Amino acid sequence: MSNLAWIFVSTLLVNNFTLVMFLGLCSFFGVTAKVETAWRLGLANTFVLILTALSAWVLNTFVLARTPFLRTIAFIVVIASVVQILEMALKKYLPVLFRQLGIYLPLITTNCAILGLALFQTSRSYTLIEGLVFALGAGFGLTLALSLMASIRERIELTDVPAVARRMGLVLVIASCLSMAFMGFAGMGSAE
Amino acid sequence: MTAVPVPGLVSAPPSSAPALVPGAPPPATVFADVWRGIGRENPVLVQFLGMCPTMAVTNVLANGLAMGIATTFVLVGSGLFVSLFRKYIANEVRITSYILIIATFVTLADMLLAATFPDISKALGPFIPLIVANCLLLGRAEAFAAKVPVYRAVADGFGMGAGFTLSLCLLSTIREVLGKGSILGHDLFGPRFEPWVFMMMPPGGFLTLGIALLGLAWVMELRKRRALVTA
Repeated sequence: MSNLAWIFVSTLLVNNFTLVMFLGLCSFFGVTAKVETAWRLGLANTFVLILTALSAWVLNTFVLARTPFLRTIAFIVVIASVVQILEMALKKYLPVLFRQLGIYLPLITTNCAILGLALFQTSRSYTLIEGLVFALGAGFGLTLALSLMASIRERIELTDVPAVARRMGLVLVIASCLSMAFMGFAGMGSAE
Repeated sequence: MTAVPVPGLVSAPPSSAPALVPGAPPPATVFADVWRGIGRENPVLVQFLGMCPTMAVTNVLANGLAMGIATTFVLVGSGLFVSLFRKYIANEVRITSYILIIATFVTLADMLLAATFPDISKALGPFIPLIVANCLLLGRAEAFAAKVPVYRAVADGFGMGAGFTLSLCLLSTIREVLGKGSILGHDLFGPRFEPWVFMMMPPGGFLTLGIALLGLAWVMELRKRRALVTA
């Protein structure tokens, strides 16, 4: 039990997927203009992460044990299908959310956080339960990072910044400060 | 060759940045196709594509270089195959097909690197398989390789790869010199140097690229102003 709790906390804070491990940076820079969209995308990502952890476990246990060289190809195909299924389900049952996420929903496929989760889960040989907790922590960590960044960027919109900093430069320096803050959590203990 | 106006990073006015329009890209010479990825449409410094590997592996120059070369290999290979099969891939399944082609070349690159440079392969860890999820690859397949003849797709892949590799080398050189006091593992400053460990850690990656982009924007701004004064 304590092992599960540590996996959750270390993935959420100490080894935050976005700010410390550099996974999922495209959406971190691309979709953080508004808080509303940012946390919605974070939750959609969390859902895909959990489904991916489940499918990665199934693949690792039953298929890839004998064919490890197919790992990358098998994972990416499964992720693409999971995202496709999620897209169809959302379109049918939650059309409002579907329209709000728009183009960013199919883009979850090329979010490295998803593939990264499957790869890390494999290299650390997590059990099914550990993998699911890992996915939950990673998803909430992603949501946290996206919302933090979006809140700061909403404030920046209202301030007068120098012309050279209006584009990505300033956003990256802010990301550096956020990341530095998250390095402080390293004092809570080292990850494996 | 010399008569071709080179659309370089510095000579292009900012307003002429081409949008990714549907349909075939305009005709250009092979040299311009290669140069585009290094200069005006540099994947890291201008388009902000492939940020995850850019940040994650640029703590030492050797890793940045290896990641750049591996990505170039995948870009050229997937460009070649996407362009070869562009008339046979049905529109509805094109993204899946591109991903499969890319994943095949990434697996190849992963195995080649593990066989030739096991140390670097271990240091890069999951970031070599993660090339699959680099938006740059799918972006070039969809926007360029699928719409042009084979030689142009290969030229574009090579140019984009070179631009990516150069940006990665720039960032990782800065980070290695400041964070470790060395280049490619060779000691630079001697024992009195106290390494700036911050540059080796994740925030250092964000900060280095942030400052590089601020500097680039500043230079562009100065050039624009000077052009206004002289005009």
